[in-house]
Amino acid sequence: MIKVIRDKCVGCELCIKSCAYDAIVMKDGIAEIDLEKCTLCGACVTDCSFDAIIIKKSEQQNLNKDQHNGVWIFAEQRNKEIAPVVFELLGKGRELAEQKKTELVAVLFGYKISNLTNDLIAYGADKVIFVDDPVLEHFLDLPYSRTLSELAKKYKPEIILSGASVAGRSFIPRVAIELQTGLTADCTGLEIDKESSGLLQTRPAFGGNIMATIVTPNHRPQMSTVRHKVMDSLQKDDSRKGEVIKEKIDFSNLNDASKYLGFIKDETQTVNLTEADFVISGGRGLKNKENFVLIKELAETIDAAIGASRAAVDAGWIAYSHQVGQTGKTIKPKVYIAIGISGAIQHLAGMQSADYIIVINKDTDAPIFRIADLGLVGDLFEIIPLLKKKFLKGSAK
Amino acid sequence: MNIIVCVKQVPDTTDIKIDPKTNTLIREGMESIINPFDLYAIEEAIRLKEQFGGKITALSMGPPQAETALREAVSIGVDEITLLSDRKFAGADTWATSLTLAEAIKKIGNFNIILFGQQAIDGDTAQVGPGVATHLGIPQTCFVRKIENLENNKIIVQRLTEDGYDRIEMTLPVAITVIKDINIPRLPSLRGKRNAKKAELTTWTAEDLGLDENLIGLSGSPTQVVKIFSPEFKKEGEKYELPAEELAEILYKKLKEFGK
Repeated sequence: MIKVIRDKCVGCELCIKSCAYDAIVMKDGIAEIDLEKCTLCGACVTDCSFDAIIIKKSEQQNLNKDQHNGVWIFAEQRNKEIAPVVFELLGKGRELAEQKKTELVAVLFGYKISNLTNDLIAYGADKVIFVDDPVLEHFLDLPYSRTLSELAKKYKPEIILSGASVAGRSFIPRVAIELQTGLTADCTGLEIDKESSGLLQTRPAFGGNIMATIVTPNHRPQMSTVRHKVMDSLQKDDSRKGEVIKEKIDFSNLNDASKYLGFIKDETQTVNLTEADFVISGGRGLKNKENFVLIKELAETIDAAIGASRAAVDAGWIAYSHQVGQTGKTIKPKVYIAIGISGAIQHLAGMQSADYIIVINKDTDAPIFRIADLGLVGDLFEIIPLLKKKFLKGSAK
Repeated sequence: MNIIVCVKQVPDTTDIKIDPKTNTLIREGMESIINPFDLYAIEEAIRLKEQFGGKITALSMGPPQAETALREAVSIGVDEITLLSDRKFAGADTWATSLTLAEAIKKIGNFNIILFGQQAIDGDTAQVGPGVATHLGIPQTCFVRKIENLENNKIIVQRLTEDGYDRIEMTLPVAITVIKDINIPRLPSLRGKRNAKKAELTTWTAEDLGLDENLIGLSGSPTQVVKIFSPEFKKEGEKYELPAEELAEILYKKLKEFGK
């Protein structure tokens, strides 16, 4: 439980500022925590410069951690194509496996996908475990979680990483519950703690306003879903050799009548937003749905994907699938053009790692200028038509 | 159709101010609200009830003041409210939270659909919905943008994917987490506000749920936060405040440099 060490507290009030739940007050110059309000989030513990606040957890039985070995990557495939995030995870996984002096295993499932195993090895896996079954042809939560749970129970990996994709964020939580272990969502940083040799999992929280580092001290495997485009993949090396193991899962007692009925393509997105090199995003500054067409037209002119801020999506100007940010998509294009977007942290969390950021905004004080490589202070309604004209002229030449 | 909607009271993280000098967030004066994504789950529950009849129960785990969020849910159209509140629940990660909510749902009983917002805007994990479904041993679909059809105990939903939408059929009871595209949440009505004042709040503790202390709250949580820090943002580059024509020219040249 949480406690203030009275001898150490100097009454500096740093902890009051750090508390998002308004749970700390000063009483006689010493911090007092309102246990009704406190959520034990730990923000005050980190912020206290005097080590005067501690959170204690009742002792847990220690698992035999030595039984667990290997770093696993969930090798998500869609339509028999490996999801790009998998190669990034193999890159990171390679590094973790080498630090832990253990093997890197890619776990692949689907139907008629045995041809995909070579690429997983070429990108860094020592071993591929794969399950080829018609039940796994399309992503369904129960068969997928059954498969990964059964394999993990059999092989006992120490770490399991998955992309923070729709599939990963849907069924990996089920696997964590079934394996009775912890799962950290949407990580942007992973490293091995030199002291404990456990996995340090860093992720944005609070709408991207804070970063939190999370550990799973007493449970194995340690599990994370990881954002696309934050880890680097290795160069493909077709000369790499690896072992391929075929496994079979018994689904007979799964008791799930769920069916995959089909796929509807997103017609509003002609260029894939998460993979695009050029993205043009519009925000509140567009003022209304009709004006948002300016963004769409410009995107078409320079062949870019269309993004949007939360404000634009919430106003109904464009579908949620275009939202860039902490609660939307995380992207890392070569060039990101933010038009009429003020730059709330929640938005920055989704695009700040773009290679080059261009900002058009009327308000010279808009927070988004802080991260712009090229900031243009001006009226988007004047600049965009002028820019379009230049491109049309340019192409006519 | 008996529906349970799980809601969370959260600090309003969308309205956070940053201290320009220290580049850290100012946490003082942050308001507590219903997690915005949960409003879409509440709305969808009301629409299902309007079509099929039944009852909507809103369920929340949190400190005593989370009662405000539940009463707000009543003002929008929820029928019954249950709060899981106990010091022993505090510090729960998604594993322990899912277990606690699942036990309460078993105690409420007789449900067909459990609805969640896609994620809460404080933790941003999106893990509690699938966690609850797993503890209950029922099917789930996450990130749903549309309930297409519901008849004969079968529900057809559309799930957001990276490049479109999957159509999935499931057999009730099910758990569903919804995205913003699913509807436009209604505002509280006058009658709803009156109901909110009168609504009886059921409060359950760990003991009421018969939960072992080692499985809930901080003790029942496999994960642990070891460090919290402010994100770093890169520094400002070039900035121009010029007539529109000149700005357009700068931008045009820059895009040409990038091969456009």
